[in-house]
Amino acid sequence: MKPRDLSDLALRNLREAILRNSLTTLGIAVGVASLVAMLSLGVGLQQLAAKRLSQSGLFDSVFVTPKMNLRGMGREATPAPSDKTPRLLDEDARQEISRLPNVVEVYPQVRFFTEVRYDGKPYATMVAGMPESSKASGSFDGMQGSFFSSASANETILQSEFAKELSPQTSTLIGKELVLRYAERQSLPPNVDSKASTPPNTESLPGGFSVVPKEMHLRIVGVVDTEPASGFGGFGNGRLLIPLQVALTLRAAQVNDLRDIVRGTSSVPTFASLTVRAKGPAYVEALEASIKNMGFGAFSLLDASKSLRIFFSVFDLLLGIFGSLALAVATLGIINTLVMAILERRREIGVLKALGAADSDVKQLFFVEAGVMGLFGGIFGAFLGWLIGRALTFGTNLYLHRQNLPGVDISSVPWWLVLGAILFAVLVSLAAGLYPASRAARLNPVEALRYE
Amino acid sequence: MSNGPSAIRLEHVSRHYTMGEAVIRAVDDVSLNLPSGEFLALLGSSGSGKSTLLNLIAGLDRPTSGSVIANNQDLSKVSSLELARYRRQTVGMVFQSFNLLPRMTLEENVELPLRLAEVDRGERPARVREALERVGLGKRATHRPSELSGGEQQRAAIARALVNRPKILLADEPTGNLDSATGESILALLKEIQKNPGMTIVMVTHERPLAERFADRLAIMGDGKLLSNGAGR
Repeated sequence: MKPRDLSDLALRNLREAILRNSLTTLGIAVGVASLVAMLSLGVGLQQLAAKRLSQSGLFDSVFVTPKMNLRGMGREATPAPSDKTPRLLDEDARQEISRLPNVVEVYPQVRFFTEVRYDGKPYATMVAGMPESSKASGSFDGMQGSFFSSASANETILQSEFAKELSPQTSTLIGKELVLRYAERQSLPPNVDSKASTPPNTESLPGGFSVVPKEMHLRIVGVVDTEPASGFGGFGNGRLLIPLQVALTLRAAQVNDLRDIVRGTSSVPTFASLTVRAKGPAYVEALEASIKNMGFGAFSLLDASKSLRIFFSVFDLLLGIFGSLALAVATLGIINTLVMAILERRREIGVLKALGAADSDVKQLFFVEAGVMGLFGGIFGAFLGWLIGRALTFGTNLYLHRQNLPGVDISSVPWWLVLGAILFAVLVSLAAGLYPASRAARLNPVEALRYE
Repeated sequence: MSNGPSAIRLEHVSRHYTMGEAVIRAVDDVSLNLPSGEFLALLGSSGSGKSTLLNLIAGLDRPTSGSVIANNQDLSKVSSLELARYRRQTVGMVFQSFNLLPRMTLEENVELPLRLAEVDRGERPARVREALERVGLGKRATHRPSELSGGEQQRAAIARALVNRPKILLADEPTGNLDSATGESILALLKEIQKNPGMTIVMVTHERPLAERFADRLAIMGDGKLLSNGAGR
């Protein structure tokens, strides 16, 4: 038979037992829906986790520190295991690293613990410099206020926990000013600053620099819930975020300054650490190796991201298995419906054969009927699954909002999942039609046409 | 025996069934020659094997031994695909219980063999109309079988059997479900169809008087054997 006649007859047969076939199709739809809902949950949660993690910048970054032979400290100097001489992590090194392939940017981590005055009261907090690129990382999505107006603006974004210390109503802080008090590093001999009269507690370090207390007025432009400055490079999270360029110009005293002095290299300012951002997690491994080759310490969280991916693969697999159970039940429904149809249409099959239908014609007819049920079930099921995913997201967000947490999208139905689900439904239905179809084809026409 | 080319030739045809230990010889060593254009009536009591013989000629069943030669091929040896083609193109079949598909209209029922034979869609409506008009049902094309009388249903079944222009028409008790007047009109229609050049008709029946009136030859079966091939009539 020609395909069009075949589908004509198949659709006609499906329409004839409309209730039973609709129920069977609905069974497939429910099976597909549970599969799609489960997998959409898996995909959605994975995307959510991946987004959160990429916002943290942990997985596409390499953290570079100067290499030190810590084990040798205070003991007999042991010969370095490698011939790579430890290098200073200075501006030259930064330039060199930024020229490596697949590097997006290299920025130092500027963090210092200091005092802030707001509304006349002192607060102690950690200040962190934020690179301009962090705006695009998504960490600042959903913040109150706005990002820094420029890379060198005297502006600050407060982490919400710190902001709550300043004022319980964090939104009222935006536009207000606060005073950052910090200790500036000044090379000796100290230049006499006109603004800051030489304070009594300035201590001169021999051959090093002096530390001068200074003040800076910052306008609060935003409050952010996430912790953009967190990360393993730091020792505590930044609560008060300022543009990185501003942070660098402060020349605030940092932990590594003392180290510089010990080494007697105070003439060249060095960085405690640099963060190297790669184009993607895939480039991190090679980048880490080449930075180590340059004579620096390098560290990335690549292994952690790998095991996270493995975790989600297993998670998806489990969800898929649970979803497939419903589809397996639906498969039995198809087999049952078609086997019943053979019994019912015994005579019709006999007539078709008497009129010249080959075994293959009968087989194809049942096959197409199974496939059509699978197709409709798949389409309807994918839609139903999407709906269930939306409902789960809606329910979760309702709960999150009640807990004063930002909403998330926990289910995601990408196009490949929709197409895959429909294709899967058709294939499963065809497989389910295999036995009934061959049984119908084998039906002996003489017996089928014998008396009713 | 009649002269002229034979349409169907049966050579020592047997069809045995095994039921447990017992062997049922439904058709037992039957040889018969049917010239082209003949109207043969196959008579016999029920269980005599006449329907089984008709199914063998129809290519719905295969003999246990012997040959059924029709359309220049031995049906006992061809593949099942070839057999299906033979049923589709060489024979048309009419049954006692009409066997029209109840949910299809008459024209859809008649179109069915054309679908199976993959006849062009454009050609089909004319062929269907022609077949229905021939049996006098041109105006009832869009009716369903249940809306028709038994005689009309059998006429529709005959139209369906003829739509693929077969050379052999096989009828299994075509009048069995009809009153005698209607049965007679159906046989008159078969006789009319026989006038088609080369149309051979085999009819299984147990109504001897009707068979005698319309058929060219009467073959009689009993216990699976051919008791008389009617050649001497």
